[in-house]
Amino acid sequence: MTKDKQNMSDVILEMRNITKTFPGVKALDNVSFSVKQGEIHALVGENGAGKSTLMKVLSGVYPYGSYSGEIHFEGKECRFHDINQSEEVGLVIIHQELALIPYLSITENLFLGNERSRNGIIDWNESVSRTKELLEKVGLPESPNTLITNMGVGKQQLVEIAKALSKKVKLLILDEPTASLNETDSEKLLQLLLQFKSQGIASILISHKLSEVSKVADSITILRDGATIETMDTHKDVVTEDRIIRGMVGRDITHRFPPRDSNVGEVIFEVKDWNAYHPIHEHRKVSDNINMHVRKGEVVGIAGLMGAGRTELAMSIFGRAYGARISGKAYKNGQEIDVSSIDKAIANGIAYATEDRKAYGLILIEEIKDNITLANLEAISSSGVINEPQELTVTREYRDKLNIKCSSILQLAVNLSGGNQQKVVLSKWLFSNPDILILDEPTRGIDVGAKYEIYTIINRLASEGKGIIMISSELPEILGVCDRIYVMSDGKIVDEMPTQEASQEKIMMSIMKKQEVAL
Amino acid sequence: MKVPATMNETSTNNSLLKTLSGLFKNNIREYGMLIALVAIMIFFYFATEGILMRPVNITNLVLQNSYVIIMALGMLLIIVSGWIDLSVGSVAAFVGAIAGVLMVKWGWNWALVMALCLVVGGLIGAWQGYWVAYVKIPAFIVTLAGMLIFRGLTLVMVRGEAIGPFPVEFSRISAGFIPDYFKMEGFHLTTIIIGVIVSILLIWADLRTRRNQIKYGFEVTPFSFFVAKQVLITAAVMGFCYLMASYKGIPNVLVIMFPLVAMYAFLTNQTVIGRRIYALGGNEKAARLSGVNTPRLLFLTFVNMGVLAALAGMIVAARLNSATPNAGEGFELDVIAACFIGGASASGGIGTVIGAVIGAFFVGVMNNGMSILGVGIDWQQAIKGFVLLLAVFFDVYNKSKSS
Repeated sequence: MTKDKQNMSDVILEMRNITKTFPGVKALDNVSFSVKQGEIHALVGENGAGKSTLMKVLSGVYPYGSYSGEIHFEGKECRFHDINQSEEVGLVIIHQELALIPYLSITENLFLGNERSRNGIIDWNESVSRTKELLEKVGLPESPNTLITNMGVGKQQLVEIAKALSKKVKLLILDEPTASLNETDSEKLLQLLLQFKSQGIASILISHKLSEVSKVADSITILRDGATIETMDTHKDVVTEDRIIRGMVGRDITHRFPPRDSNVGEVIFEVKDWNAYHPIHEHRKVSDNINMHVRKGEVVGIAGLMGAGRTELAMSIFGRAYGARISGKAYKNGQEIDVSSIDKAIANGIAYATEDRKAYGLILIEEIKDNITLANLEAISSSGVINEPQELTVTREYRDKLNIKCSSILQLAVNLSGGNQQKVVLSKWLFSNPDILILDEPTRGIDVGAKYEIYTIINRLASEGKGIIMISSELPEILGVCDRIYVMSDGKIVDEMPTQEASQEKIMMSIMKKQEVAL
Repeated sequence: MKVPATMNETSTNNSLLKTLSGLFKNNIREYGMLIALVAIMIFFYFATEGILMRPVNITNLVLQNSYVIIMALGMLLIIVSGWIDLSVGSVAAFVGAIAGVLMVKWGWNWALVMALCLVVGGLIGAWQGYWVAYVKIPAFIVTLAGMLIFRGLTLVMVRGEAIGPFPVEFSRISAGFIPDYFKMEGFHLTTIIIGVIVSILLIWADLRTRRNQIKYGFEVTPFSFFVAKQVLITAAVMGFCYLMASYKGIPNVLVIMFPLVAMYAFLTNQTVIGRRIYALGGNEKAARLSGVNTPRLLFLTFVNMGVLAALAGMIVAARLNSATPNAGEGFELDVIAACFIGGASASGGIGTVIGAVIGAFFVGVMNNGMSILGVGIDWQQAIKGFVLLLAVFFDVYNKSKSS
């Protein structure tokens, strides 16, 4: 505490030596981060770099005691136990997924949990007139009685900000506020941040769009692998997008991947002119004229940021598990195949291992054995009756082959670690004997050792002549495992490159360029 | 029927006490329910001064609970797939009313009408299953509507009166007993012989499972435990048969019920469709992404429930020897309670046929015992409510402790 006094008064927020661990993963490693009075401070980094975790620590979503380190706000040490306590001192976070109730009006949403009331009876006159004031401040010409569900995402974002203002905000945290906004709405939102800045309200802006970051931010902090890389002052330092990207991705990636000799053959699977629309927002195209292929023995990566439409594409191909009004053709070994339902896709030798193994991949309350055989019960049954001895034999084979660490194959899936759960999901799909495997974030949330094992399995499958499509948000993984890379952004394939010619910078560039065109 | 054995591959510890406690811990659901059933039977045996276990009363217990058990088989599948069916009592009454009108008023052939009634049950199930599985209206709503619709239609059909009596062939389903080939005075020897055959079959099946488990390297309970278990089961089966033999022998309805129970136990444990129903209830999305046609499967569980409710409806009508407007009222609650007391989980994916049957007997013994004691229907309901809550609490408590 021997800090210069003047410096202290200048800083509104200081987070010191924050470390936060999850079972098996260090999400934040001794991170320090500070925000000056009335500045816009951008926080950038790859998916999984720890940005959201840091903000959750700050806002009390992860309560005091679940992390180590200190948080000082306006010179006082704060120990938030929940989000209400952080909002009380004027720290308001606006999450990427908006937290508005769709069938309530703007007014009702603005004062939810903070109702203008006397003895439990809501004072609607005061609420509505306050709402009008707040809407004026954020420049939203809507009636306070409009239901949230009838407004576009851009306007909903403004309602969130108005809600923050109603709480006497001093530091506003926005988690990718423009991710789902169009150009005009994004511009409007950035202008609003600049306006707040002139009124002395500081903001933390988490964003993947480097162009808007360099446009409005006063300082930029780069996070990578749960650690602060550097903080730049845009008014003093020379800040280029190249420099930011290098900071975001530059890390040593040797020895993290098993070596492989690729032996790439004929095209085994291809989709042509693939289009799909969002199941609810009917006019939003989630897959936009996709053409892609994979060869025998090839591992093809699909890189892109969250929300680029990679999972949606994979699931729409896998028996229309996602999306509406799907059109396009799928070919296997040059023959058109029917993938209009999941069982047909499986029968045609396609497997899709989901990114969310708990929600979509496993039946957690069931045994490992039952999970492994679920997608191909026909193989261990005759006339609909399961041959239990055979089932035990094959599931044990997979346990040994994939090295699933468990006390027994009769153990429930819920009691396994993330890495072993992922191996069970893989076993399930290997047992369905596919020719084409789509792996969606196969190493998400599992530790380094298990990752290495998964990569080894992928290599083995490729050497057996299967075609593998791997979706991953971790660029080093894409570069370390794949033969060829597609880059997706906004539902489109925006780039394609062989891995020899690829680099993290190059992939990031093609994503960013695409986004700038959209801006 | 699975053998509740500690199927662990970890190192064995042969100390008696440990084996016992391990056995209990790993199968707390199965054994807990069985122990509860035995305990409540002992309690009522003493409370009723032995009336509960008299041959005539045991026979009555089977007759009174046959339709609850039959419907519980279908309900279990629906609960395992994550839903519920509130309409079964009304559907049973409605089918009974159809049987009454066709057989008694129109004089149709009883066998033809029975077949027709099963088809009607299937169609009712298909109707409800359609709304639940394809239109995605929650089953609670659909079957609540069904409960009202089919009760209303029953009233329309019987016009507020009882239709009867049924042809004697039909009423024999519930009132008759299997013939005795030995014609011994006051003792039904055929029943004992059937009991012996069933016991031998059960031991054989258990032995085969055990041999398989040893062959595939699973730890099994020591042989002495296995023998003790077989002795207990055989004693229970033979005791049960002895009691019934001392009265009029095996009731016809048991001939329908027992194979059904065995069939559904097999279906849930050994077949692809059974496995898929558990998967559907355990995680619908994961099941769908594994290629299970989840809407069709859910639809079929409702069709199945409709058929079983129709069968139960006919058994009720045959037992009362008339189709009445308020037949089957409140049955849905006994059926649902049987499944939950038997260890089924309200969130789906968990539950066994044997558990549901034990649960049904548990409810049956409570109803029967309290009636003998002269407990009013008012208190019976309240007590049953508490027991249901307690049973589910026990389950939830166990689950939270183990996780």
